[in-house]
Amino acid sequence: MTLPLDQPPDEPPDRLPDPPLSAPLNISFDYTRSLGPVLSQFMTGLAHRAILASRSADGRVHVPPAEYDPVTFAPPAELVHVGPAGTVVTWSWQPEPREGQPLQRPFAWALIRLDGADTPLLHAVDAGTPEQMRTGMRVMARWADEPAGRITDIECFEPAGDAETQDDRHDLMSGPAGDGHEAATALAGDGHVPAQSDQPVTMITTPIRLHYQHSASAEESRYLRALGQGKIVAQRCPSCGKVYVPPRGACPTCGVPTTTDVELPDSGIVTTFCVVNVPFQGQRLPSPYVAASVLLDGADIAFQHLILGCEPDQVRMGMRVRAVWKPPAEWGTTSENISHFEPTGEPDAPYESYAHHL
Amino acid sequence: MPEAAVIAFAEAPNVRHTSGTTNGVEMLVPIFREAFEQAGLTKSDIGFWCSGSSDYLAGRAFSFVSAVDAIGAFPPVMESHVEMDGAFALYEAWVKVLTGEADIALAYGFGKSSAGDLRRVLALQLDPYTMAPLWPDSVSIAALQARLGLDNNLWTKRGMAEVAVRSLAAAASNPRAQLASSPDGGGTVDDLLNEPFVADPLHAHDCAPITDGAAVVIIASADRARELCGRPAWITGFEHRIDSGSLGSRNLTGAPSAAAAGTAAGASDVDVAELHAPFTHQEIILRSALGLPESVSISPSGGALAGNPMFAAGLARIGHAARQITSGTASRVLGHATSGPALQQNLVCVMETR
Repeated sequence: MTLPLDQPPDEPPDRLPDPPLSAPLNISFDYTRSLGPVLSQFMTGLAHRAILASRSADGRVHVPPAEYDPVTFAPPAELVHVGPAGTVVTWSWQPEPREGQPLQRPFAWALIRLDGADTPLLHAVDAGTPEQMRTGMRVMARWADEPAGRITDIECFEPAGDAETQDDRHDLMSGPAGDGHEAATALAGDGHVPAQSDQPVTMITTPIRLHYQHSASAEESRYLRALGQGKIVAQRCPSCGKVYVPPRGACPTCGVPTTTDVELPDSGIVTTFCVVNVPFQGQRLPSPYVAASVLLDGADIAFQHLILGCEPDQVRMGMRVRAVWKPPAEWGTTSENISHFEPTGEPDAPYESYAHHL
Repeated sequence: MPEAAVIAFAEAPNVRHTSGTTNGVEMLVPIFREAFEQAGLTKSDIGFWCSGSSDYLAGRAFSFVSAVDAIGAFPPVMESHVEMDGAFALYEAWVKVLTGEADIALAYGFGKSSAGDLRRVLALQLDPYTMAPLWPDSVSIAALQARLGLDNNLWTKRGMAEVAVRSLAAAASNPRAQLASSPDGGGTVDDLLNEPFVADPLHAHDCAPITDGAAVVIIASADRARELCGRPAWITGFEHRIDSGSLGSRNLTGAPSAAAAGTAAGASDVDVAELHAPFTHQEIILRSALGLPESVSISPSGGALAGNPMFAAGLARIGHAARQITSGTASRVLGHATSGPALQQNLVCVMETR
């Protein structure tokens, strides 16, 4: 078999002035977390418009409640009601709210020591302007319309006028233990208990949405642009001579940049494969079908692709295959330009010819 | 007791944006070469590799695996990873050398912060039940800490601005820094204080820039260090500690974990301290926690305020501190790294000449 190992590319790769390709990448996942006994009580309390705190062995009241006593490491013996009013311990101004934050107009972040608590809670204060904020000011929780057992059940805090400060300490967050506890148990929830929330809240779901600009490397960009012209461009390591497709930017054996482009034919062999029988989310082909490692002629590393055009049980190691391209009108700078590989009908490659690529 | 010493350090240019990938290969390959040249080594001399990076920063799972291409990991190498600053990777490498599992070890860290919205990404290091769902961003959290100290007269806005002015002036001598004063002088403290707020009470000068970058440090056992380096930076103490993940439970105006790490590492009588303080007031906190007198030269590299590549900046602080030893400029130094919100986690590495 004659392989076009050193076929030069049509144009020298370093004449391509285009910057690396990049594209927006938005990722999201809804994290589902079990709460455990302490946070379950806290979140269940929020669903009832009540704020629960833990009392540690040294008498300090922590909100959110500590799952284990910071002093004795024991689970908290009792939870107590705190708030819903409190005092701003420190604050900062958020002039341009970010996605997901409690308010989508300028607001203050604050550490708020709720009445009856010793440690402050982080939340937002809907103050309008920074001039309305000051350390030591009184604030009051504003509840979401439909509390569901999550920290955002407190929509935010709002300034509570000049109401008398029960607990007018400005000494950071380390006030004397026990101070202000007379307020603790008296201030239960507002009594508005939604009927549907009798069950304890044991889980929370936290959606995470993040946005990136994902960049391909210079080498990957040349590969993808070449695919857009119906070509497959690999790279050769200047040190060991191995040919990588897709090109990787650095030879994983030698750790040096791969600088020489090599155009490869769109034919090769199946080195190994599997028959996909199990359906999964996002699957685009009816099972069973074959996913294979395809070693292009002249390449030293196989890449994964689909083998169609024959029954799955006809696919075998060493089978010769060729790329089936989508119509050129559908090409972009993407690996999807190659729809799949299909058998060429040529004789199989002998095992010895690809054994070292497995 | 076996010993180890830093024998080489290199960092990528600290820049606002690289066109490279989030797996760091483009930034790492050149600095590996640079560090190998300093020590007269090749990749096959490295007995243990450890990286620090973050999938959330890269926006992809197992992003550090692609970075392994940059180290030439075939035949297979002994390799590890921490989802933390590379300084913590160096700690693991140091343990490997002290336990005799490797004679020479290399730690690296990298991050392309420009790929996403760093302030939002860092919200995900907070408690996932009661804090992260509010998406409190990193600058706002630091601003809460800054105001606590201002309200309690522990520091002043002028003192904070002075940290910024000194840092950017020092960075003028660091060719890899992202920000630096121009040679004919930078803004004065009064200039800076007249700038608008980014997050009241923080101004732009109080906050480290968003930086893409990478760093690498090579350490060696005693025999190899003497053989490979004229003036190895001998590690005499290396400790890290952590404060509560509950922001409200901490005294945010101090850094108990930094103090504890400093005490355990023997962080006294140093000539130079490279501090990883991404906000001006955090340098003031760290100086106090580590008990650094006025005579100590603070972050002559310019520090994090001149460039803060996530997951590399702490390792770079240790590298810059070590360079003070290897270059003969200082005889005893300290490198510090932090991780987490508002100085939650702190690491101290003390090095000296022999």
